[in-house]
Amino acid sequence: MRLIANIADWFDRRVQLGGPIRETLEHPVPRQAASWFYVFGSAALTVFVLQIVTGILLATVYVPAAGQAWDSLQVLNREVTLGWFIRALHGWGSNFMVAIVFIHMVQVFLFGAFKFPRELTWLAGVFLLLMTLGMAFSGQVLRFDQDAYWGLGIGAAVSSRIPLVGPWLVSSLLGGPIIAGATLSRFFALHVFVIPGILIAIVGLHVLLVLKLGINEWPRPGRPVSRETYLREYRELTRKEGEPFVPDAVWKDVVFSGFILLSIAACALYFGPIGPGGQPNPTIIQTVPRPDFFFLWLYAVLSLLPSSLETPAMLIGPAIAVLVLLALPFVSGEGEKSWRRRPMAVLIVMLAVVAFGTLTDVARDAPWSPVMDAWSGEPIPAKYLTKRTALERQGALVFQAKQCHNCHALDGKGGQRGPALDAVAVRLTHDQLIRQVIQGGGNMPAYGKNLSPAETNALVGFLETLHPAGQAAAQDASRRHTHETNAAPSSSPPR
Amino acid sequence: MNLPGGISRRGLFLKLAVLFNALVGIILAVPIVRYIFSPMIRQRRPGYASWISLGSLNNFPAGETRLATYRNPVVNPWDGVTADIACWVRHVDTENFQVFAINCAHLWCPVRWFPQSSLFMCPCHGGVYYADGSRAAGPPERGLFQYSYKVEGDSLFIKAGEMPTPTLAANIKPGGPRCA
Repeated sequence: MRLIANIADWFDRRVQLGGPIRETLEHPVPRQAASWFYVFGSAALTVFVLQIVTGILLATVYVPAAGQAWDSLQVLNREVTLGWFIRALHGWGSNFMVAIVFIHMVQVFLFGAFKFPRELTWLAGVFLLLMTLGMAFSGQVLRFDQDAYWGLGIGAAVSSRIPLVGPWLVSSLLGGPIIAGATLSRFFALHVFVIPGILIAIVGLHVLLVLKLGINEWPRPGRPVSRETYLREYRELTRKEGEPFVPDAVWKDVVFSGFILLSIAACALYFGPIGPGGQPNPTIIQTVPRPDFFFLWLYAVLSLLPSSLETPAMLIGPAIAVLVLLALPFVSGEGEKSWRRRPMAVLIVMLAVVAFGTLTDVARDAPWSPVMDAWSGEPIPAKYLTKRTALERQGALVFQAKQCHNCHALDGKGGQRGPALDAVAVRLTHDQLIRQVIQGGGNMPAYGKNLSPAETNALVGFLETLHPAGQAAAQDASRRHTHETNAAPSSSPPR
Repeated sequence: MNLPGGISRRGLFLKLAVLFNALVGIILAVPIVRYIFSPMIRQRRPGYASWISLGSLNNFPAGETRLATYRNPVVNPWDGVTADIACWVRHVDTENFQVFAINCAHLWCPVRWFPQSSLFMCPCHGGVYYADGSRAAGPPERGLFQYSYKVEGDSLFIKAGEMPTPTLAANIKPGGPRCA
């Protein structure tokens, strides 16, 4: 022990950092800030370190060349000893990192920690959030599979809509005219050098600011922040109620970080590595690209927006969101910190959570996507075929053969792009059905050119049988009248 | 020692040294920026597109729409399968063709052709197109992107080499020039 102390002493006489480090570790923090709510920042930092370590380990095998990247991931998954586990740690670490960074931001927002004098800490945090999302997207690209390929396509398609510079931006983003080797190399450089470098620099600034300005005190209702008095009040607080960060406050951070690392390892062990999916071969078009979990909400937004709003929303929306986040500490730099006195803040968080949660949930089902193989893979339920005439069954055949099932569900199976047709006959009369099939409309293609009159007749015949037992099919009142008057003379047919 | 104007000799040297380094910085920055944006410079001059054969006309029976693939003309040795691009060829009649990009005009997912209902459907956000590539339903704001094509001898050629964008498509005459 004495030898170790002597060696440490020998080093410290030269580098002279022992004193400042000790001082930093033991700096007083307000007692109530040593709380389980204050552990997310340090947990994000811990996961970031895990990502660096596992990332370097993966880089010893991964080949960032479009022709071999997918194969090298297969080698990692199957041949390199525990390669699958390192990949799983890195993949699940990324999911946890995005989640923890968001939770950290919500906590900081609700606790008013962005207010004077911690505005710059918040700004650095906003950039850290953007960089984390940048890492998440570029990481998904490095998992070079079909989802990565078509995900890049979506990124390029969005860029191509920017007025004037669109096409140039696309070729700069892709590193060439198409998604290929140069694209993957660019994203490799971004994911491994550029963004981590920026992240490390901003994390340094972020942590430095937390140390210099002190951790945010536990917000108490009725104690608003004022630029004139805050610094003095905070000094008073730490002098009176302060306790050293190490060891009194830090143990909760250490426990939570350990818990998070263990959770990541458990997910990695249980769920295994994420992908890769099918080969990034653009000629394999039998694919249904889906984004990773944390971009599902965006996938939903892009499907649900009316097309006229889409380009403005894609190009201006993110810029506005970032500007609002950046402006927050300047617009609301003083005043109440406690969420108990900031109902709008609580409402905004609730609205955001409900909106993101709903969009993510909807995107997991993706009801707007046609089910591309429903026409050949989902048979029409037998109950819709029994006691039907030959013409009606022929119509059911047309329904399958013309891919109607891809967009319309029967008995809960098939696409949900259009309305389910289990009770369509109650909603639409014979004539309305024919019009809808032939002319389309309301987001349905017109089938007029693609169906012969006989096929239309059969199809509509089948659709007219789709109504619940005991509930009559819709009928055109005038048509019924004509039928009845026409039918009257022959009501008693000659035997 | 102060020069007239209150500037010290060393202060002047420092300013000159900073100016010298600024010049060196610019000299280095120009090639670096050109390197980063080289794909863009290449795109403007000489451009990426060239005429590529999609193979014999016999592969594309009249009245049908078939999937064709080609190797992108601008390619790196390590591009692997990513440089193989697919497109849809519609043989309208005799020498009339339409060659559609595989990418949906919405967000570039690969569209699939369903000959039974004569529709292209996109698996991502539900874009649908008619046989002639015009928009039928869903979020796309326009029809499918088309390549220029020509028939030479027994082969169908298209002008390709770059991912389709709305701006590029505006410069392409759908149908394109026809040579016998």
